[in-house]
Amino acid sequence: MADRVARVAWDLRAFTILAGMWVRVGWSYRTSFVVLTLSSLVITGVDFVAIVIMFANVDALGGFGLGEIGFLYGATAVCLGLADLAVGNVERLGRRVRLGTFDAMMVRPVGVFAQMCADEFAFRRVGRIAQGAAVLAWSLSVVHVDWGPARLAMLGSMLVCGAAIFLGLFVLGATFQFVSGDASEVANAFTYGGNTMTQYPLTIYPTEVVKALTFLVPVAFVNWYPALFILDVPDPFGLPGWLRFAAPVVALVLCTLAALAWRTGVRHYRSTGS
Amino acid sequence: MLYVAVALSSFRRYSTYTAATLAGIFTNSVFGVIISFSYIAVWKENPHAGGYDVTDALTYCWLAQAMIMTIAIWNGGTTDDVAERIRTGDVAIDLYRPVSFLGWFLAGDLGRAAYHLLTRGVAPTIVGALLFHLHFPTSPLTYLAFLVSVALGVVVSFSIRMLVASSSFWLLDQTGLLTLSSVFAMFFSGLVVPLVLFPEPFRSVVLALPWSAFVQVPIDIWLGQRHGAAVLGGLAFQAGWGAVLLLGCSGVLRLADRRVVVQGG
Repeated sequence: MADRVARVAWDLRAFTILAGMWVRVGWSYRTSFVVLTLSSLVITGVDFVAIVIMFANVDALGGFGLGEIGFLYGATAVCLGLADLAVGNVERLGRRVRLGTFDAMMVRPVGVFAQMCADEFAFRRVGRIAQGAAVLAWSLSVVHVDWGPARLAMLGSMLVCGAAIFLGLFVLGATFQFVSGDASEVANAFTYGGNTMTQYPLTIYPTEVVKALTFLVPVAFVNWYPALFILDVPDPFGLPGWLRFAAPVVALVLCTLAALAWRTGVRHYRSTGS
Repeated sequence: MLYVAVALSSFRRYSTYTAATLAGIFTNSVFGVIISFSYIAVWKENPHAGGYDVTDALTYCWLAQAMIMTIAIWNGGTTDDVAERIRTGDVAIDLYRPVSFLGWFLAGDLGRAAYHLLTRGVAPTIVGALLFHLHFPTSPLTYLAFLVSVALGVVVSFSIRMLVASSSFWLLDQTGLLTLSSVFAMFFSGLVVPLVLFPEPFRSVVLALPWSAFVQVPIDIWLGQRHGAAVLGGLAFQAGWGAVLLLGCSGVLRLADRRVVVQGG
């Protein structure tokens, strides 16, 4: 156990050092670094501007107003942003396997996972978190919420568990590339696709889709079920009420699955050779 | 003739990435479905938003997905080679070749676009047509005008990407500008939200910008929102921006040719 803790600590330290190195690399092209961080902020904000433009034509989408949609949007953006900042680079796995550079990582005295995450660490990704947080803060100033300790706790848990759910999806998607080769776009359909889906109230989707987002690719737990609790909205699909509190369990299960899949993938990895 | 050969070899070069193409088709289709539901929600509330009905809107959604790689809205294409060659200094060789620098890379980009149109354009459109009710033109002339419009869209997109790539002559690292230009392209092409939904006066402004040649103009031709003289007007609009921007490119290249000391040994 102590061994394990020491190992995780060692990997975390390595991650920080490597990530810091990449931040300094980025900073050496200063103009680009600043433009990149700013444009990351803008590029993710474009989705929300699109929703605002839609609201120039309508008063509500799926029975939800702009304020509530801002809440859903901001929450999923912050969660995805946090996961993306920490582990987003694992999606490069396919390319590394194809080029054979993954092999070099396996012989270094640091966990492969920590190396993958830190590799070409992109500081600009804080742009997405900042933009999502801004929309979330704005939405909280518009929607009426009856704040109490339970709702505040749910807000915190939503951000942590939501980030963990996306983290699990990123890693599972990357692991899939051990089998599929360089097909990172398939993983994007689940991570960024899940994010795009949860930007809207799930009432705009058919019931089967909502069930799939609950039980199959559980992105509904990132923001939808917690939002039903925080905004005090009855479930439009009549699904069980305890789903509102299930996000921590879902996050735990998904991350465990991802860790197992990653370990299996690395164990069975055979170099493409040359 | 030389340019046809360049286009063909570029077509073949891109056609070797089969797995990536299949993965891309899958992802475009997933996003097509997601966006379709959001458009259905909009047009359910307001059945005539932007002068479209819900069928037009869904058709717009799937054609826009089909256009992403063809037009290279998120950048990429042969202009990435240009930027890389500027960074390494190899561009010095290209500039002294006895063929037009712009013509060479434009031909390559058109070959790439043709490959992406046939794969990542056609396939998601079929998926969309299987899942939703879409609008298909009845006149062969409309299809022809649409294809010409897409080709002109590629030319406009190529010139903007080429201008960004040329910035490497001065900035060395183009990634910042590249990201910024893809934000503009995504938003002002009508990829994330149809330009017809923009409230006035923004609507008139965005429709006059070159990026509307990427997605909005070709799709309006397909939908029959532009017909008769308006079709020619749309094509002329695209051709005009294409000509202006290509001239801009050749100006920048001439400047770079004179002023810049190329890196490398």
